[in-house]
Amino acid sequence: MTDENSEIADGIPTPDGASHIIDTEYEIGQDNFEGSVGPFGFDIHNPVFGISGLAIVAFVFYTLALPEQAGSVFTWLFSSVTQGFDWFFIGAANIFVLFCLALIVTPLGNVRLGGTSATPDYTYVGWFAMLFAAGMGIGLMFYGVSEPMSHFSSSLGGVTMGEDGVRTDWAPLGGAAGNEAEAARLGMAATIFHWGLHPWAIYAVVALSLSLFSYNKGLPLTFRSAFYPLLGERVWGWPGHVIDILAVFATLFGLATSLGLGATQANAGLNELFGIPVNATTEVILISAITAIALVSVLRGLDGGVKILSEINMGLAFVLLLFVLLVGPTVYLLTFFADSLLAYLQYLPALANPIGREDTNFVQGWTSFYWAWWISWSPFVGMFIARVSRGRTVREFIVCVLLIPSMVCVLWMSVFGGTALHQVINDGYTAAQEASLELKLFKMLDVLPLTSITSLIGIVLVIVFFVTSSDSGSLVIDTITAGGKVDAPVPQRAFWCIFEGAVAIVLLLSAGGLQSLQSMVISTGLPFTVVLLVMCVAVWRGLVNERKHT
Amino acid sequence: MFQKIVVPVDLTHADKLNNTLQIVADLAMSHGAEVCYVGVTATTPTAAAHSPEEYAAKLTEFATAQGQKGFATSAKALTAPDPAVDTDKKLLTALKDIGADLVVMQTHAPNAADYIWSGHGASIAAHADASVFLVRD
Repeated sequence: MTDENSEIADGIPTPDGASHIIDTEYEIGQDNFEGSVGPFGFDIHNPVFGISGLAIVAFVFYTLALPEQAGSVFTWLFSSVTQGFDWFFIGAANIFVLFCLALIVTPLGNVRLGGTSATPDYTYVGWFAMLFAAGMGIGLMFYGVSEPMSHFSSSLGGVTMGEDGVRTDWAPLGGAAGNEAEAARLGMAATIFHWGLHPWAIYAVVALSLSLFSYNKGLPLTFRSAFYPLLGERVWGWPGHVIDILAVFATLFGLATSLGLGATQANAGLNELFGIPVNATTEVILISAITAIALVSVLRGLDGGVKILSEINMGLAFVLLLFVLLVGPTVYLLTFFADSLLAYLQYLPALANPIGREDTNFVQGWTSFYWAWWISWSPFVGMFIARVSRGRTVREFIVCVLLIPSMVCVLWMSVFGGTALHQVINDGYTAAQEASLELKLFKMLDVLPLTSITSLIGIVLVIVFFVTSSDSGSLVIDTITAGGKVDAPVPQRAFWCIFEGAVAIVLLLSAGGLQSLQSMVISTGLPFTVVLLVMCVAVWRGLVNERKHT
Repeated sequence: MFQKIVVPVDLTHADKLNNTLQIVADLAMSHGAEVCYVGVTATTPTAAAHSPEEYAAKLTEFATAQGQKGFATSAKALTAPDPAVDTDKKLLTALKDIGADLVVMQTHAPNAADYIWSGHGASIAAHADASVFLVRD
C-alpha cells in the first residue's frame, strides 16, 4: 500500500493541519430525499426544499391574485420595519463593523479557515472578483451616479421643517444649505457610508460564520450550522429548518427583485442607445436572456462559469472606471476621492449615530433601507463568499472582505458621482441630476467622449453583473436546499436558476409586484439582524475554541 | 497487460460498489496490476467526511482494505470547490498524473438525461487516454 496523496501536486499535498471538529452525530444529507423526476436525479433536504419552494409559489400567487391587498400589506410592512427599527439597524451595523475590526487586531485573526495548513482554493484576483461581483456589483452601476447626486441635491436644499416640527427634507445630518462644495462632501460621505465598511461588515460576519463552522468545525455549509454552539443538536430540527428556509426566501426574492431592477436599467440604457422600446416585453426578453446566460454559467460550475464571468466583469468595470477617470476631470476626481474619504471619516460618527437623529427622512428612507437591504442579501452573498474563501486566515479574510471592497466602492462612487457632480457644479450640465434613477449613469456618460461605446459597456456591465448574481445565487440556494451538500445533482441548480427568472418575470408583469417583493426582502432584514447578532457571539466563541484546540 | 488500474470511487456510496470492486480485484490479480482508488471531494464537509483530510484518510483506509484481497493498492484524494461539475475534469487530470492504463468505474444505466448531462463514466470514456471499463449499476 502506498499513499499517492503526497506525491501528486493536484491531490491533497499535505494534511491541512489541525482544526477543531465539532463532534455531532448528524451526518450531512441524512435528512435528504434522493430520487428522480423522469431522467433527472435530485438530492434535496426535507423539509427545507419543499417548504421554501411552496412558500415562494404561494407568495407569487398571493401577489398576483390580490395585487392591491398585497401592495398595501407590503407597503405597511416596509414602512414599519424601516421607520420603527431604524435605531436597531444602525446600532447593529455598528456592532458588525466593530466586531470585524476587533477580529483584525486580536490574535483570533490568526485562525486559518480550513485548518492551520489549509491553502486557498482561488488566487487573490479570482477570489476578489467573485466576492465583489456577487456582493454589490450591480448596485454600483445603479447608484454610482444617482446616490451622490441625490444627497448633494437634498443637502444643498438644507433643512426644512413641517408644521408639526418634524423635518420634511431628505438631507443627511444638518445638510449644507447653499454651500455646493460642502453639499458635495456631505453627499459623498453619506454615499460611502452606505457602500463602505458597514455593508461589507455585514457580509463578512455571515461569510466568516459559515466558513468557520463548515471548514473548521466540520458542520454542513448551511446557516443553521452557525447556531450549533447555542442550540446544540436541536439545530438539526425545526429551529434549523426555519433558519435555512428564511435564508432561501431572502436569497430568491432578493435575486428576483434585482433581476427586475436590472432589466429596468438595461432596458432604459438600450432605449437611450438604440431606441429599443421600454416595455414589459423587452424586460421579459432581458430577464430570459440573463437567466439563460446564468444557466450556462451555473452548469459550468464555479471555476468554468461563475469565476470567469466575475473576472470579465471586473475587467470591464475597471476599464469603464479608468476611462471615466481619464477623460473626465482627472485632477478634480483624484482630489475629490481623497476629500470624499476624509469627509466620510469626518461625518462617520454622526452618520452612524443610532439615536436622537433629526434627519428622519434620511435615516429611515436611506440608511435604514440600505441596512435592511444589505442584511437581507447577506445570506446569499455571505454563503457565496464562504464557498470560495477556504484557506484564508481570519485577518486576511476580514481585510479583504471589509477594507478592500470598501476602498473600491469609495473610488467608484468618487469617480462616477464626482464626474456627475462636476458636470452640475462646474459645467452647469444638469441632465444626470434631472434624469430618472436608471438613466442617470447614461446621462452622465452622454457628455464624455465615445458615448456609444461607454454606454454599451455600461449596459453589458449591468447585464453581466446580474448574471453573476443570478448564477452564484442559484448555487447558494441549491446548497441550502440540499442540506449543505455541494455535490447534489446538477439539474437542481438549473431548476433554481430558471425558477428565479420565472419569479422575476411573473412579478414584473403583475401590478406593483416588484415593489411588493422589494418590501418583502427588506422585511426579512429585521429577523436576520437578530440572526446576525447571534452569529457574532457564535463566531467569537467558535474562534476562541479554535485557538484553544489547535 | 495492465500495470496501473485506476478506480474512481464515491465513498458516500461505497456499499453499492461491490460488483465493481470484485471485477477490479479479479483484474488486478490476473494482470498483477496495482490499483489506485481515486475520490473527488468538496472542500466543504460532505456526507463522507468532515474535511478533505478526513476524506483522504478514509480513502486510504478503503484502499488498504481492498488490498487485503491480495494486490497492491494506493489512494489519491482530490478536492474540488464545486465537485458536482468539476469531478470529470479532476479525474481526467488524475488519470494522466497516475499513469493509468485501465480505468474501471461504476455508472448508472443510461437514460434520457444523458443526452443533456452525460454521466461521469461516459465522460471519462469519451476523454481518457486509457482503456475504460464501465460497470453498470
